[in-house]
Order: sequence, then C-alpha cells, then structure tokens
Amino acid sequence: MSHQLSRRRFVLGLGAAGAGHLLSRAVAEAAAPDPLLAGRPLVRYPQKTDLILLTSRPPQLETPMTYFDRAITPNEAFFVRYHLFPIPTRVSLDEWRLRVGGHVDRALELSMEDLKTKFRPVALTAVCQCSGNSRGRFSPRVLGGQWGDGAMGNAEWVGARLRDVLEAAGVRQGAVDVTFNGLDAPALPSVPDFVKSLPVARVMDWPDVLIAYRMNGQPLPMLNGFPARLVVPGWYATYWVKNLSDITVTDQPFEKFWMKPAYRIPDNPCGCVEPGTTPARTVPISRMTTRSFIASPASGSRVGAGAPTTLKGIAFDGEYGIRAVEISDDGGRTWRATDLGADLGRYSFREWSARWTPRQRGPHTIMVRAFNSIGESQGLEPLWNPAGYLRNVVEHIDLEVG
Amino acid sequence: MRTLARALLVGAVLLSHAVVAAAADTVTITLPPDHGALPPGPGMEVTQKACQTCHSTDYIAMQPRGGEAQWRAVVTKMIKVFGAPIPDDDARAIVEYLAREYGPSR
Ligand code: HEC
Repeated sequence: MSHQLSRRRFVLGLGAAGAGHLLSRAVAEAAAPDPLLAGRPLVRYPQKTDLILLTSRPPQLETPMTYFDRAITPNEAFFVRYHLFPIPTRVSLDEWRLRVGGHVDRALELSMEDLKTKFRPVALTAVCQCSGNSRGRFSPRVLGGQWGDGAMGNAEWVGARLRDVLEAAGVRQGAVDVTFNGLDAPALPSVPDFVKSLPVARVMDWPDVLIAYRMNGQPLPMLNGFPARLVVPGWYATYWVKNLSDITVTDQPFEKFWMKPAYRIPDNPCGCVEPGTTPARTVPISRMTTRSFIASPASGSRVGAGAPTTLKGIAFDGEYGIRAVEISDDGGRTWRATDLGADLGRYSFREWSARWTPRQRGPHTIMVRAFNSIGESQGLEPLWNPAGYLRNVVEHIDLEVG
Repeated sequence: MRTLARALLVGAVLLSHAVVAAAADTVTITLPPDHGALPPGPGMEVTQKACQTCHSTDYIAMQPRGGEAQWRAVVTKMIKVFGAPIPDDDARAIVEYLAREYGPSR
C-alpha cells in the first residue's frame, strides 16, 4: 500500500511537470513522512540510541535513514532483530563458553580469552542486513516484520576465523553442515529454537566467516550479540547468529525450522515469483542483492533553487564490491556517475556523494542505483516473493525545490 | 620529551583499554517495558492472553491489515507451527477480534 502510494506519487511527479493542480498534490504527499514508519515510536534500549520500534518482546529496532550517509554505522544505532523471547540480558565472561562439538575429533569449550589468544584475530568490515529489510514496502504486502529500510548496518568486526576454530576441533570425514545456536531461547518448548546452519564444505573454503567479539573497536552491544556473534559477510543477517554459544558439526543435512521452511527464497535466478503466487521450489536464502540509498537530504526535504545540493548515501552488494553508483533526476531516462568514498573492502557499505543543482522549482524525484564489480545492479520494478526477502528495487527520494 | 609524551599516551591507551575490558566482563541490561497494547473490544482479553506468551502483541499491530482469512491463517500458524496452546473456541474469538480491529481499511 505505502509502496503503491509512493510509486504513484513518483509517477505523478514525473508526468505532471506543468500541470499545476497535480503538482501541488504531489508536493503535499512528498512532504509527508514515510507512511510505513509513521506512528512508530522512537525508543531507547540499553546500549542503544533512539531507534524505531518494531516490536518490544523480542526486541526489533530499526535504524533511522539519517545514519546511512556514512560508511560505518555506530554500534548504538545498529539495528536489532531477535526471533525468540527470552533473550539474554546478563552475560558474564567468567561463565560464558563457546562449545564446539558434534562430528569433530575433539570437542572444545572456548573461553573469550581462548577465542582471543588461541586464534589469530582478523578484522573485516561487512554489512549486516536482515533478509526482510524493506519488507513493509512489498506490494502486495506480505506478513512478517514490517521493516522500513533500516534493518541494515555496517561495522568493522574483529574475531577468530570460523575455519580456524573448526580446524582446531578437527572436522571428521562425512561432515555435512555446521549449526550455530545462541543464548536466546523459546518461550515454550514447542517453539523451534533459533538455530542456523552453513554447509561445512563452504565454510572450510571461506576464510572470511568470523566469530566476532569486537564491533567498531568495542565489545558488541548485548542486543547485537555480546560477547560473540557469527559474521557471514555478504550473506543476510539470518546467519549472523548472536550471543553465540554452540557450534555443532553434523553428519546429516540440517533442516530444522529456521532453515526449512523459514528463510527460503524461490529456487530461480531472481529469487522471485509473480506477485501473489507460491514458488514451486525453494532454497535457503544466502547472498545479498545489490542496493543503494540516498540518506541525505531526507526524502521530503526542501532545498534551494539554483544552488547545489550535496546528495549522500551508501551502496553495497553480496560479496563483489561496489563499482559505481549513479543518480537520475529524470525518472531513470539518464543517469550520471557519483563520487565513491573510501573502499573499505568488498563486503562493506561504500559511501557515495554527488552535487546536484536543480534547474527549476517544484517537486523533484532523485533515483539512485548501484553496480557491483560483476555488473549486478537494481531494477526499476520491484521483484516479489512471498516471504518479503531480497528487496533491491531502485530507491528514490522526493525533494521540494524552492 | 617526545618519547615521554609517547610513553604517557601509550600508558593512557592501555589504561583505558583495561577499564573497558574490566567493565565489559559482565554485561547486564534491563529492557524497557513492552509497548504493545491491543485496542479494546470483544475478544481483546482472550487475544491478549493467548498472543503474548511468546512475543509482544506489537507483532500483530505491525502487520498489514487483512480480513478473516489472513488472521485465521496467522492464528492457525501459531497453533500448528509454534504450538500455541489455544483452544478452538478461543481461536475463533481471536480471529473475529483481529479481523475486526485489524481488518481491511475502508
Ligand atoms: C507458542 C509461541 C507463540 C504464541 C503463543 C503466539 N505466537 Fe505469534 N509467533 C511466534 C513465533 C516464534 C513467531 C516468529 C517470530 C519471529 O520470527 O520474529 C511469531 C510470529 C508472529 C507474527 C508475525 C508473522 C509471522 O508469521 O512470523 C504474527 C502476526 C503473530 N506471531 C501473531 C500471533 C497471534 C495473533 C497470536 C495469538 C493467537 C500469537 N502470535 C501467539 C510464536 C508464538
């Protein structure tokens, strides 16, 4: 619904240049705040700043768009998404251990000291984005967390390589998957515990998967996974298990609830189906699609005519790195390059900025799109799937010039 | 002089790290209160009771509006998939309540 609205507003703004009454209506709509987020309170949770409340038990908190004018998302502004309640509210490092077991030669019980000293620390900047980021903008709408666009963040993570830890435990012949469990727990025994898995072969071949204990130079906030969380760079946050406590190697495919039927996408190249239909076959969600946002100025702002405005935002993809970010002020007919900020690695947000000088007064729509280094980009029409995942349509802001 | 300043600086950095590490050994947080509140109406109490065992009722409030079919599917999922202990009579009352309070907007 909100998406249809903004789309209509967008089309109006484009087609109506010169048609006075239509323009003024478009202006009224453009000045309104994001209808999806309207009415959602800003709340302050422990170790966090004011974030947009989605749900309180378990906590789900969204980062306001203003934070995405820079590459690194501050810890206190980083989004929060738990599935189960209760969540851990007290963790003592004297008691906390990371257990590594299952189909291994030697089960391990690692203290934080062990994790920090027995394995070489590795630093990596990577985007953590919820599979359902922007789900609230799907049309037709789908059930689930009704996120705006702020279920994402980018941080520098420091931790031990998962591969090194698994090698220390000795993965046995015939291992299939590695499962990850955290300290959150189901309210009733009938609710499936939140456990995720990755294929062993993939993980042993991928040095960038970390067990992270530092985030932007600090211990992780509790709500972002203290004392350690999995970092699966380039893949959706569903795999980044927080408050990590157990790593188990299995000799059978792991297909419990949060791997199947949850967190799956249509088994085809776009991960999409005709809106409103059900996919014939699904696979677990994995790599992120390419996205870009304009964070500044905020959509609905008023800017001066004839004076240059600086547009700023971020772009990211699944694992190849951003090659170019482009903007359009004519509805996508022509695009121009923007300046890219520092390259913090292929898993990171890439800052971009551009100077834009409006030629005439009235409503303007500015679109942004990114290309990754293998040429993947964003479509002008949104793709659809029943779970509301993978959203990566070209985004836009509406500005009032005058 | 330069070396002394360096040494002081290093000392200060080490010290501040130690403080952070010591403080971070045990982390305790207290969550703010639950913001969820269901609109009053017939069926509110039974819904409140049945639907906040596992999560707050803002899980309901944030969903797109929808008719009886949508809400019946939600309640059935909670019972069948997550084992929500809700008797049939209550489930019917809950679906009615949700379809009325969170029904399609006119
Ligand atoms: C036995 C535990 C339990 C009970 C009781 C329960 N739910 Fe849920 N509910 C869940 C879980 C688990 C999720 C998924 C949470 C997540 O992914 O964040 C969920 C998610 C939801 C969602 C989001 C959509 C979805 O399918 O994920 C809605 C809406 C919802 N519940 C409504 C209700 C209503 C209405 C009731 C009362 C009839 C209810 N729940 C009772 C466990 C429960």
